[in-house]
Amino acid sequence: MTPARHTAAIHGWLLLLPAMALLALFTHWPAVATFIDSFYSTARPRRPSRYVGFDNYEQIASDPVFWQSFANNLWFALGTIPVSIALAMVMALWVNDRIVGRTLVRMAYFTPTVLPMIAVANIWLFFYTPQYGLLEQITGLFGGSSRNWLGSKDTALFAVTIVAIWKEAGFFMIFYLAALQSIAPSLAEAAALEGASRWTFFRRVQFPLLMPTTLFVLVNAVINAFRMVDYIVVMTKGGPDNATSLLLFYVYQVGFNFWDTTYAAALTTVLLVLLAAAAAVQYGWLERRVHYR
Amino acid sequence: MSAAARPHPYAPTGAGRAIETAAAWTLAILWVLPLAYAVWAAFHPPEFTTRFTLLAPLTLDNFARAWIAAPFGRYFLNTFVLVTMILACQLVLCTLAAYAFARYAFRGRDVAFALVLAQLMIMPDVLIVENYRTMAKFNLVDTIPAIALPYVASAFGIFLLRQTFKTVPKELDDAARVEGASALQVLLKVYVPLARPIYVAYGLVSVSYHWNNFLWPLIVTNSVEARPLTVGLQVFSSGDQGIDWSIICAATLMTSAPLLLGFLLFQRQFVPSFMRAGIR
Repeated sequence: MTPARHTAAIHGWLLLLPAMALLALFTHWPAVATFIDSFYSTARPRRPSRYVGFDNYEQIASDPVFWQSFANNLWFALGTIPVSIALAMVMALWVNDRIVGRTLVRMAYFTPTVLPMIAVANIWLFFYTPQYGLLEQITGLFGGSSRNWLGSKDTALFAVTIVAIWKEAGFFMIFYLAALQSIAPSLAEAAALEGASRWTFFRRVQFPLLMPTTLFVLVNAVINAFRMVDYIVVMTKGGPDNATSLLLFYVYQVGFNFWDTTYAAALTTVLLVLLAAAAAVQYGWLERRVHYR
Repeated sequence: MSAAARPHPYAPTGAGRAIETAAAWTLAILWVLPLAYAVWAAFHPPEFTTRFTLLAPLTLDNFARAWIAAPFGRYFLNTFVLVTMILACQLVLCTLAAYAFARYAFRGRDVAFALVLAQLMIMPDVLIVENYRTMAKFNLVDTIPAIALPYVASAFGIFLLRQTFKTVPKELDDAARVEGASALQVLLKVYVPLARPIYVAYGLVSVSYHWNNFLWPLIVTNSVEARPLTVGLQVFSSGDQGIDWSIICAATLMTSAPLLLGFLLFQRQFVPSFMRAGIR
């Protein structure tokens, strides 16, 4: 190494040092420690922590609440991701056309994104309140029977899914809007000359050109489906009877309500593996099928 | 989209246009309905919370009662300190790291970059159990820095700035160095000014993310002195006045007001910023 390259390397590492140190402390080390801890038992007053092998994982395998949270999370993801992405695309197509008052419409769609999750949860809690909430009043007008949307096992997860869709669609819309505006107008003119219908133009031109955006949005939507649990804490606390418990919420409950930290670590490991698998599928398999310009 | 452009051949016309406009507006109304309902409840006396008459008297009483019922002043201060602290540290750390990744060639750089990007998948939001233990070891539990620290080295910020710095022409860098500027001077005089729109975008996204963040602050704080607004609001609305919706709606709007107002006033900057900054 020449002296000049040597100093460049030292400068480079010095510039990186503060960020890397914090990353190591709060991302890399905790990830590794989570994995290590998951093989130990939680220290209790008269029983210090000890190595227990795969005990925590065996406990997970036979834990009905874990499986319910897992299933809930899958249904939650299946409910929010396709609907919010489809809605986002439709919103973007509408706002991209010159409809009357489109600035206002775009603002309305985007507003949930700037609201704190916790505020959103409070507002929807009010909206869903039995006997009192707006939803109840509207269904009451049409002679519907009273319903406790968040208090019933059958409807609680659905009610929470609606909130997530409401919160996310407008955020994803802006990416589609940007992508639509970058599609060359000449493509539309050429398609029109060929006599393609609007539907054909969307299906054959716009939709394929939006695929990279869809992949990006999808990755975000999947991460959010496993990460966003704020409104669960506020609206249902995982209930009734664990009907709305999602994985990260369960980690939170085990770690900070039951204080079983190593079991929470094992659960976190499972969650991280799921996230990594989702990422691998999306980048490895989907990316090859995405049309790039 | 210039106004002078020819009409888009697929722009809807006639009945199609009317239907599309109606559909778009219906969805927009549905989208603001929950918020509008909260606004109604917050600005009217409790007896009108669910009675919609045009003559219902307007009042600010709910806000006054909410403000007295919980230390919202302190919560506002905490959130303000938190958001400022995070953004300031993020800007410094991410700028330095991004500069190293964009303009220095050294052994181990690519590995280091991969380690940075790992944070995009392994987010601090998920590592709550271990990070809490770390904070307990450092004796930082229930302090504002404890809320901030896991987020300060932001992989996303580093990535965003690195991409931007890479587009700065190398000639500008060389010219400044020929004139005797040091590496840090070049960074501050050449790179940072050129990346300004990205800084604005990243700043807006970071501020709104951390203003809204909830789970980690909920875990790591337990006193009024450290609690940010979101956690304070939760403690308030799940407390004794759990039933009085008009006060809860007032408190909810109060805590979201700064961001909401900022968004309404700077709508044109906000949306492109979120677009540019992508993931939060």
